[in-house]
Amino acid sequence: MPTNYPTSLLQLTVSAFNRMSVKQFVGLVLLIAMLGLSLLVLCFSGFSIDGQNLQHTLTIPSLEHWLGTDQYGRSMLMRLASAIVLSLMLGVICVLTASIVGVGLGLVSVFSPARLAGFIDGVSNIVLALPALVIVLLLSAMVPGSLLMIYIAIALVQWVEYYRVTRQRAKAILASPRAENSRLLGFDNRYLIKRHIIPDLAPTLSTMMAFGAANAILMMAGLGFVYVGIQPPTAELGLMSVELFPYYQQAPWLVAQPLVAISLLVLSFHLMADSDRTSSKVSPECHLASDNSANGNFANDSSAKESTAENQSPAEVSKL
Amino acid sequence: MVIDILYRRILQLFSVMLVVGVLSFLIMHSLPGDMAYRIAAGRYGQDNVSMLAAQQVAIELNLDAGLVESLMYWFNDLIRFNFGTSLVSGQNVSDMLYHQVGHSLVLAISAVLIALLISIPFGLLSVKYPRILNPFISLISVLTKSMPVFVIGIVLIAIFAIELNLAPVAGYGSWQYLLLPAFTLGISLAAVTNRVIYVNALDVSQSAFYQFSRFKGLTVKQTLLRHGVKNISAPVVTYLGIQLVIVIEGIVMIESLFSWPGIGHGLAHAIFARDVPVIQGCALMMGFLFVAVNTITDLICYKLDPRGLE
Repeated sequence: MPTNYPTSLLQLTVSAFNRMSVKQFVGLVLLIAMLGLSLLVLCFSGFSIDGQNLQHTLTIPSLEHWLGTDQYGRSMLMRLASAIVLSLMLGVICVLTASIVGVGLGLVSVFSPARLAGFIDGVSNIVLALPALVIVLLLSAMVPGSLLMIYIAIALVQWVEYYRVTRQRAKAILASPRAENSRLLGFDNRYLIKRHIIPDLAPTLSTMMAFGAANAILMMAGLGFVYVGIQPPTAELGLMSVELFPYYQQAPWLVAQPLVAISLLVLSFHLMADSDRTSSKVSPECHLASDNSANGNFANDSSAKESTAENQSPAEVSKL
Repeated sequence: MVIDILYRRILQLFSVMLVVGVLSFLIMHSLPGDMAYRIAAGRYGQDNVSMLAAQQVAIELNLDAGLVESLMYWFNDLIRFNFGTSLVSGQNVSDMLYHQVGHSLVLAISAVLIALLISIPFGLLSVKYPRILNPFISLISVLTKSMPVFVIGIVLIAIFAIELNLAPVAGYGSWQYLLLPAFTLGISLAAVTNRVIYVNALDVSQSAFYQFSRFKGLTVKQTLLRHGVKNISAPVVTYLGIQLVIVIEGIVMIESLFSWPGIGHGLAHAIFARDVPVIQGCALMMGFLFVAVNTITDLICYKLDPRGLE
């Protein structure tokens, strides 16, 4: 049976590391560094995110406050660290939820009768009918300031992407000679999923997940920025940018901090996605997009062609 | 084939109305406290509100009906495009939307034009100078793509409005007010678009048919015009149409940042004020805009490359 099929988690990690491009490595290091530093600050800083000190507002970075203090004299270092951790956690949890639900439903719809598949497809079309941000805005308006609602809303708009890609790819694989072969040899659907579908999907999924995390972070920051996301005094990157912006002329360095933090977070996820390696034609936006456009047939086919071509020779692609 | 495109888009339009209708109905019913009282307080000010005023509001807006019944009412109004009046200002929502959509369209169209003006030369220059310019442009694109659209907006405000004093910070008025918001959206869109143009132009320029047209004696210019432009633009239009989501989503943030009186600003404002009829109207308009953009993209793609749908 397969010899190059990674069995243990360790093996899987090692092989993932070996296949990583320089870009992805840089992205990962950047991400780990930001998360690590933020966690260290959260553990060892003597300040809290909402402890005010109105005598020392809008100060420049000093030994006591490494990144200065905001308009209420709160420690920026502490607030920034907590906001970064919040964003990262939300991004990761949203992506995990969305991908598990999306891939799960994709597989279900491939193996289930046409009626159920049609129903899931209908639901996905309804979610895709509106721009994602509008749905997220409306949902978070229902329970203002609730982190749970933001999480549900973002996961709800994101699963469709994974569902579409999974279904499309799984269909193609199940119709392929190798799956036919495997079936004739007596293997069941579970084996087909594990041995043929998941490995085939994995590279695309990992790219999509990295983009998805970036998008989730962007969406939450966007909500905070238009003041309908998480409410103060919680530190949230979008909210911090809009709160500090009026103080631009007194303290530009403070305004810059949350902006740089969001951009670095998004950048590190984009680097990890490394869309150049898999050619920008197969980026998840494009998948969503090609599904989104009504001329589904032609767009889908071309993207399917792209993706299978890419997947049949991951080694070759990585050499590029 | 065109019928097929339109049929799908009409289905999408109904989905938009369904989602927006149900969600805004739910928002209406999830508002904490006595809805009528809150609305009355919003209208007449906290101090002037009385039970009587609240009751009048309840009768006027039909707030006491059962859940299913009021959902029926809700959709009945929605289907006839009767959005009602703003809970806060008492203004007719349709009138508000009429003005807002115009402003948003001006902003969106200028943003797309700016994006094209930036990304076409950048994309094509990357193909022409793959060694010198491409890594540089690619780096700029990656960095710009990582910046949320409101970060670009704040940076532009800081540089051009506050430091250099070249454009007004925010608001609506003469054409100068359009500059910063349109450039913000345009830059954010161009960061992706120029890469799409690059990839497709590279594909086409390396393809056999393109090389052959040079061998058979066409000049570089003739080849580009006859074989290049159409083949490059079909996928680019598809992708641009999809990426216009960036603009539609971006206007929520950018209009809020620049106080541009469009639907995005209206939506964010209404959500903050919990003004449900306006939320519904603005969300619906954004949905319609989305459907319209998708339909136009489909039709252009079909025109450019009819092979796709046969």
